[in-house]
Amino acid sequence: MNKGISVAGNNASQKQLGVLASDSNLHRTLHFLAENYIWIFLLLCITTFSFASPYFLTINNLGNVLTQGSFIGLLAVGMTLVMINGEIDLSVGAILALACALAIGLQESIGVWPAILVALLSGALLGFVNGALVALSGMHSFIVTLGGLIGIRGIVFIYTGEQALMVEDFSYTEYAEIYLGPVSITALIFFGFAALFQWLLSSTKHGREAYAIGDNIKSAHEAGIQVKRHKIINFVLCGVLAAMAGVLLSMRMGTAEPNAGKIWELWTIIAIVLGGTRLTGGFGSMWKTVGGVLTLAVLLNGLRLLNTPNYIELVVMGSVLILALVLDKLLASGNSN
Amino acid sequence: MYISQDKRRTVQRHGLIFAFAIFLVVVSFSSPEFVTPGNILNVIRQVSITGMIALGVTFVVITGRLDLSVGSMLTFLTVLVVDQHNQVGPGLAMLMTLAAGMLIGVVNGFFVGFLKLNALIVTLAMLSLLQGITLFYSGGSNVNVDNAQETWFGFFGRGELFNVPMPVWFFLGAAAIASFVLLRTTFGRWIYSVGGNESVSLFSGVQTRWVVLSAYLISGLATGLAAIIMGSRVMGAQNTIGQGYELTVLAGIILGGTSMLGGSGTIWRTVIGISMLGFVQNGLLLLGFPYYIQWLVTWVVIILAVWIDLAAKRGKVFA
Repeated sequence: MNKGISVAGNNASQKQLGVLASDSNLHRTLHFLAENYIWIFLLLCITTFSFASPYFLTINNLGNVLTQGSFIGLLAVGMTLVMINGEIDLSVGAILALACALAIGLQESIGVWPAILVALLSGALLGFVNGALVALSGMHSFIVTLGGLIGIRGIVFIYTGEQALMVEDFSYTEYAEIYLGPVSITALIFFGFAALFQWLLSSTKHGREAYAIGDNIKSAHEAGIQVKRHKIINFVLCGVLAAMAGVLLSMRMGTAEPNAGKIWELWTIIAIVLGGTRLTGGFGSMWKTVGGVLTLAVLLNGLRLLNTPNYIELVVMGSVLILALVLDKLLASGNSN
Repeated sequence: MYISQDKRRTVQRHGLIFAFAIFLVVVSFSSPEFVTPGNILNVIRQVSITGMIALGVTFVVITGRLDLSVGSMLTFLTVLVVDQHNQVGPGLAMLMTLAAGMLIGVVNGFFVGFLKLNALIVTLAMLSLLQGITLFYSGGSNVNVDNAQETWFGFFGRGELFNVPMPVWFFLGAAAIASFVLLRTTFGRWIYSVGGNESVSLFSGVQTRWVVLSAYLISGLATGLAAIIMGSRVMGAQNTIGQGYELTVLAGIILGGTSMLGGSGTIWRTVIGISMLGFVQNGLLLLGFPYYIQWLVTWVVIILAVWIDLAAKRGKVFA
């Protein structure tokens, strides 16, 4: 009954829209812009900060923004995949910390590349544990990965013994100093994975299935999609990407803090939702996520360059997030038929 | 993999208690001071702040929503009550704290209940906002109660009545009241009905929007009470004092067996869940493990508890 009323309302509003934008091309353009509001918002932010601070629009600073955003970015690429499935992974920050600790802690005994491999495998294994628990037990991923967030942090503390680990051989940190023009290797890896996973989403069977499962898990199952296997694969990918971010962080810092990546899962969710991907699943893309990640990075960087006290960024972030949600709500109700 | 009807009922009702009892027995054999009245009271006092918040969040979870803002809220309200204690005195400071907690709850409730926004994101945004507001309010420095020795404010966190610490009285008292409200009043039935089936509740004449708003208000009020106990116990506050509480609170509620989908759960389950977390932590420390082992154990316990609960409900181990 409620639905009937809202459908009728939308019909009326669409008729009005139709009168206003009789040119369907214009209508389509407007719709496209509304769908991709994050890029407009990003452009606005960049313009504002360029005028507000002379240091913002420099090649050097923009390169820095990309690097700073890439860690959350890699977490977000994996989590977007999981979120399109209608699931969530709260344990990415802890997986990042474990990979960071393993990459640094093991390299003395087994060498740099094997250590990195073990770190990435730890991410894959923990992702598999998360995915298998979600698929086999039928528990909600929020609960499973909330447990993971707490428990994996425990493993990090056990492994590091509460101490920050340091690299012995500082040539390890030089890997992070590889640049292509102003763009660091960290940022390149982030964009590479974002592009790869966008291709995965838009041009492969796995991608189509991801949307189908997020949209309606029951009909996806009835259409013959291996829902459980699919979800496990996505959690593994999410874990590997989180571990990748951890390895890159260890290269950049040269140390592994046991508390590294704490509450980054929340920032990751903020970036993704800001981009326009929905928590309910079945809707979203890597481009949206890249937009959200960059916007977040630009906002943080710009506000810091303006010397605003650090509480401003927290307040701005909270407000922007609620705005994004309201906007998405309006868009969703406009699209529903 | 089917479990018989009888066993299923027993496991469903008491599975958690059995597991908990086994744990208690094992620990008490290994460590004689575990089951002494002093230690038990000590554990309940330690969990009383988390527990107080969890009582409020239980209302929100039963309506099928989440509140991730309680950790930051606890930080802000503790800073507020300690700072205002120096400015306007303890009585007024406490009233302000409770009012501020309820106000924040109303804002959350407005966004979630009236604007129908996603609860996880709204309260995540509130978490960020409140962190900012705390830093703005305190200017980034710690606050302390000036006359810690003379003020009667210390009664709430440090006082004792009949040899039982006051936080324990407050926690158990609040639990009794919350339980009464949930199980014996019309409002309590509305909370369950909104969580069970929102559209049906709406068509049955329940003002679902207001019910959701009230649930968040209760969550804010409970956090305000917790902040008073915290401030009174510590006689000061850092800007990170409540960080991570939102997740511990949720872990306790989930452990108790309250469903995240809403519509089911009770206060005593939350009390049991939160206490279990406390006893596990205490037991592991008494057995000589470092404190972070409890996180690993919490992970395993949460997964097992929720899985057993689900398996008992559907009569099948695997989904």
